[in-house]
Amino acid sequence: MSTSRREIETLLRGGEYSAGFVTKLDADTIAPGLSEDVIRFISAKKQEPAWLLDGRLAAFRRWQKMREPRWAHVQYPQIDYQAISYYSAPKSLKDRPKSLAEVDPKLLETYKKLGIPLAEQERLAGVAMDVVFDSVSIATTFREKLREAGVLFCPISEAVREYPDLVRKYLGTVVPPGDNFYAALNSAVFTDGSFVYIPKGVRCPMELSTYFRINERNTGQFERTLIIAEEGSYVSYLEGCTAPQRDEHQLHAAVVELVALDQAQIKYSTVQNWYPGDENGKGGIYNFVTKRGDCRGRASKISWTQIETGSAITWKYPSCILRGDGSTGEFYSVALTHHRQQADTGTKMLHVGRNTTSTIVSKGISAGHGRQSYRGLVRVLPSAAGARNYTRCDSLLIGEHCAANTFPYTEVRNPTAQLEHEATTSKIGEDQLYYCRSRGISEEDAVSMVVNGFCKDVFKELPMEFAVEAQKLMSVSLEGAVG
Amino acid sequence: MLEIENLHARVGDTKILNGITLSVKAGEVHAVMGPNGSGKSTLAHLLAGRAGYAVTEGRILYDGKDLLSLTPEARAGEGVFLGFQYPVEIPGVSTLYLLKTAVNAQRKYRGQSEIDALDFLAWIRDRVKKVRMDIEMLHRGVNEGFSGGEKKRNEILQMLVLEPRLMILDETDSGLDIDALRIVADGINALRSPERAILLVTHYQRLLEYVQPDRVHVLARGRIVRSGGPELAHELEAKGYGWLDAA
Ligand SMILES: Nc1ncnc2c1ncn2[C@@H]1O[C@H](COP(=O)(O)OP(=O)(O)OP(=O)(O)O)[C@@H](O)[C@H]1O
Ligand SMILES: [Mg+2]
Repeated sequence: MSTSRREIETLLRGGEYSAGFVTKLDADTIAPGLSEDVIRFISAKKQEPAWLLDGRLAAFRRWQKMREPRWAHVQYPQIDYQAISYYSAPKSLKDRPKSLAEVDPKLLETYKKLGIPLAEQERLAGVAMDVVFDSVSIATTFREKLREAGVLFCPISEAVREYPDLVRKYLGTVVPPGDNFYAALNSAVFTDGSFVYIPKGVRCPMELSTYFRINERNTGQFERTLIIAEEGSYVSYLEGCTAPQRDEHQLHAAVVELVALDQAQIKYSTVQNWYPGDENGKGGIYNFVTKRGDCRGRASKISWTQIETGSAITWKYPSCILRGDGSTGEFYSVALTHHRQQADTGTKMLHVGRNTTSTIVSKGISAGHGRQSYRGLVRVLPSAAGARNYTRCDSLLIGEHCAANTFPYTEVRNPTAQLEHEATTSKIGEDQLYYCRSRGISEEDAVSMVVNGFCKDVFKELPMEFAVEAQKLMSVSLEGAVG
Repeated sequence: MLEIENLHARVGDTKILNGITLSVKAGEVHAVMGPNGSGKSTLAHLLAGRAGYAVTEGRILYDGKDLLSLTPEARAGEGVFLGFQYPVEIPGVSTLYLLKTAVNAQRKYRGQSEIDALDFLAWIRDRVKKVRMDIEMLHRGVNEGFSGGEKKRNEILQMLVLEPRLMILDETDSGLDIDALRIVADGINALRSPERAILLVTHYQRLLEYVQPDRVHVLARGRIVRSGGPELAHELEAKGYGWLDAA
């Protein structure tokens, strides 16, 4: 605890986005622009089979007919999709390194600076990591150990080549290419991301983790992640993200698909710390993401836990389709918007099977001119007898210029369903801050203490290492929120 | 140690304190009594540094320093402690974490190194026993769902852990059962020493039987209208405050 405390203090003194540096290296970056040729180029780079290229092109044609959604409570200038480069990879990775020893030292240095020393991670057991840098995965640790347990964990581009049947069976079945504007775009141009397969009855022996880093200027990152948990298996997966500090906006449009079969459990945690832009809203990542889990099997369970502190704009609704009887969906979220950040986030719980249960706990914190909306949908189909949902949405406001909205939608078409909803909006308690300060705690630490307390119900869902990381991030992101 | 000189304070347009002068020396215990709304808590908060009051006249010296110019956290670092009349709830933040952060913040203020985690645990365990709190309560959110009496005991626990030099206890004895009153009084007496001073805001003679004050002051309409020895508290208990108006 005292180490993390010290880190907080160091970071507070630094007082800026510490992941905002740029790694200088030679990269293969294609010219900005989006066309069928660009998609063919990406597909060729990845040595993909024809079915996948066809799928990409079909998605692209659909996307061209689609319109960017405007219903979210976020504002930003029109994105010029022709001004973005859709592929960038460090040159040194032309031939994918077979081990960390072959990875460009500059890249390893980058991750070390971000607090993720890959080489040490490989030695210290605990977390297996896939590392995605711009459009490519540069390393995946612990693969051998995982393979012994039958667990497949590799970049999705590799999975397409090595396990084409599995990928083909599941890819796009949870988030179909035409699902929404960004999902269609992603389906057309996705470059890398992680693939996880847990065989029947296996409890994954360690946490799996992917770390996404955007580095090149004017590139978008279109990651694609697919996790399949076979009958009776369990996996906990963590995702982290950072990007350099740049004056222009960058687009991150990911698609994540989870499939849980009978009695399988997937726990998916995110600590999102994309560059949020500066105090005046200059720069920052547009984080437009589609994440969905399919509880396909009986008594299966999918939990989403997200800590969203970064990005200029977040548009994200990790959802669960509760298809299997007795399946469970969970969504635990902390979203923090400071300065000019905007977030429209929440979840969808779709109850299809009988006796399905969902839990939603959302904690929103707005400071500065930050604005955010919680948007949640609980839909109970006629088939979902005995469905239950519990929703709790709390918003905390710091200062006079921020805003929070809550849009809880429900559609219940089975009379046996039970839904419970609680919501609160409050200003950060002056009395709470004064109480802490009267005990000797500085105002800034008091704010972060009260906010961390407010988020506790969500933080406790995170794996240990991430919980510490999350608290640290909250403190840094709240820097300058009072006084 | 503490010199309050002709203190006038207001909230918005309302004058609350109208010229308070009070001197407390190290080693002394002073009791402050007075009717509801007379300004006792306002005085206590002015000492601890709550925002929202305008001091229009006068000053407060603590160890010769201008107390009013310090932030609340700096005052705590200087050894000032307020036991709140209405302790605040902080959901999700354990008393243990609050206290550890507070102890280290105060140590840092005084140029000392962070306390060793195990030493701290031993230290706090011992104090928890003294106030006969269940150790489990340390892990609950600060005052979250505590009963009135438990909150007051938690204030005394914090005081025992922080070991301040100037203790202001605002009605820490209100709402306590007989046993809890004993515990609170024992806690206060444990810290009573020649280097420390105590300001007890109370409505009842009972606490003063356990913690003998050197001086008793009566506050009414933002002014000290009477000061005396311990016998003044007895007089108030017998006669109430009505006779003060006549005087
Ligand atoms: N923020 C405020 N705004 C307006 N009036 C205030 C404020 N704070 C205190 N007062 C008024 O100042 C007066 C003194 O209040 P204070 O809380 O100091 O009284 P007290 O002596 O502690 O009373 P009690 O014995 O009931 O605790 C009261 O009339 C109260 O209503
Ligand atoms: Mg009072």
